[in-house]
Amino acid sequence: MGALKEYRARVIRNGFAEGIALKSEEPVSFFGCVNPETGVVVEKGHPLEGESIKDRILVFPEGKGSTVGSYSLYRMKKNNTAPRAIINRLCEPIVAVGAIISDIPCVDNIDISKINSGDRIVIREGYVFVDKDG
Amino acid sequence: MHLTKKEKNMLEGCEGRGIQRAMEVLSALGKIYNAERLIPVESVQVSGVSFKNLGDAGLEFLEDWAETGVKARVKAFLNPAGMDLMDWRKLGFPEKFAVKQLRLIDVFKGMGLEPQCTCTPYLAGNKPELGEHVAWSESSAVSYANSVLGARTNRESSISALSSALTGLTPEYGLHLDVNRRADYVVDVRPSIRSASDYSALGYMVGKRVGGRIPYFRGLFNPSPDQLKSLGAAMAASGSVAMYHVENVTPEANPDSIKKDTPVLEIEDLAEGYRELNSKTRVIDLVSIGCPHASMEELEEISSLLEGEKVKTALWITTSRYVKQKAEGSGLLDRIQDSGAVVVSDTCMVVAPVEELGFKSMATDSGKMAFYVPSHCGLRVRFGSLRQCINSALSGRWEP
Repeated sequence: MGALKEYRARVIRNGFAEGIALKSEEPVSFFGCVNPETGVVVEKGHPLEGESIKDRILVFPEGKGSTVGSYSLYRMKKNNTAPRAIINRLCEPIVAVGAIISDIPCVDNIDISKINSGDRIVIREGYVFVDKDG
Repeated sequence: MHLTKKEKNMLEGCEGRGIQRAMEVLSALGKIYNAERLIPVESVQVSGVSFKNLGDAGLEFLEDWAETGVKARVKAFLNPAGMDLMDWRKLGFPEKFAVKQLRLIDVFKGMGLEPQCTCTPYLAGNKPELGEHVAWSESSAVSYANSVLGARTNRESSISALSSALTGLTPEYGLHLDVNRRADYVVDVRPSIRSASDYSALGYMVGKRVGGRIPYFRGLFNPSPDQLKSLGAAMAASGSVAMYHVENVTPEANPDSIKKDTPVLEIEDLAEGYRELNSKTRVIDLVSIGCPHASMEELEEISSLLEGEKVKTALWITTSRYVKQKAEGSGLLDRIQDSGAVVVSDTCMVVAPVEELGFKSMATDSGKMAFYVPSHCGLRVRFGSLRQCINSALSGRWEP
């Protein structure tokens, strides 16, 4: 655990989560961008196209697209294809509301450049712990 | 954000899981937008009512929420559904769709919302007063409430509006505060703007330019409420305008309501709006009037244009059930429908599965409709004045 770093974040949806980061430099929409049956990103040309967000700690700058995305996230949670937690640079209402109704821990106000795909992440009480050694 | 003791209890689940969820939504939004507190709202209008938009995910979520026993605490209306809730069979809506749509309406009714499915609650028995705080979500109704009535609402999402219905509260930020209601764009309109479709074309052009800002119009003379309804609806579609001012017309318009160093947009003519909202189709198989939902005055105008005529192509006029019932009582409905036109309520062609009804091309006098229908429903659209639209219903062809 040599490279363990901790960062203070703002809590949008409280809760404990632990998992491996999957990061997108581009905004994410849960409606149309992700297949809710599989959790695989299907949006053409998206940096995460073909990746599964299921059980990952999903890190992206902000949400985009239709407000129906909140319901899509709820659907994914029920299908067991949702991410374990969401980390945003700045959370917008579609993602915030989606995380709340789906009981998915969600934080923002954090420098996401400190996190890369594959890092081991723990989210607890408004802190994000990042382990670079996996 | 500061919460009262009662609000804290609601957030902690003392009033049940359903209320707790609503408070979680409102307090997260308050946090995101730096609201200092929650404030009471007089009424709510909830979007996300059409099964076409919500799908099974939305239905499932709403059924789960309703099961917690939550009930609306303030007057709450709905946005248009995906079909006429009474005449859907006659109009040819697929049974499979109708079953899901009716289930959704039942869920809302069970939560104590009124099944008034309209984008014009202000024409259907819910007209807020100057300064009144509400939580509405239909973008054209939000624009009308803020701008024409001087009520105060942000552009709510389906779930945030529902959370406000269940608690009677909304976070105090954005357009609830005086400081955020001032114009940050001036629009000088040179041509004389006459018809509702002119106002639509203007709204489309301005919305594209100003995005989410607050325009202040100069050069518009005595627009009717219906014309302002068209203007606001188009601006909220091509942009995300939630409020605008019209000099000497809207209640909060005065020289002080313009911010310093505001950019000025000059509109020389409306050609761009008419060009971009029109396809090249000559054949018309559906004429759609009533976006936003038609008022009594608009029904009168339509009736006089149709007098003694018979339509060749489908002419659907969408309105609220409230207005339709009023028109029925006065004989106006029969006068319109004698021509073969149909007055449809509870729905609108933007959220109805029109592509499944076999229509390929549409004529409309609404900028909002012309903006959404090509992408949402895949129809080719002609956009023009009410008279042009009615003429195309009588001939089946679009005559420029």
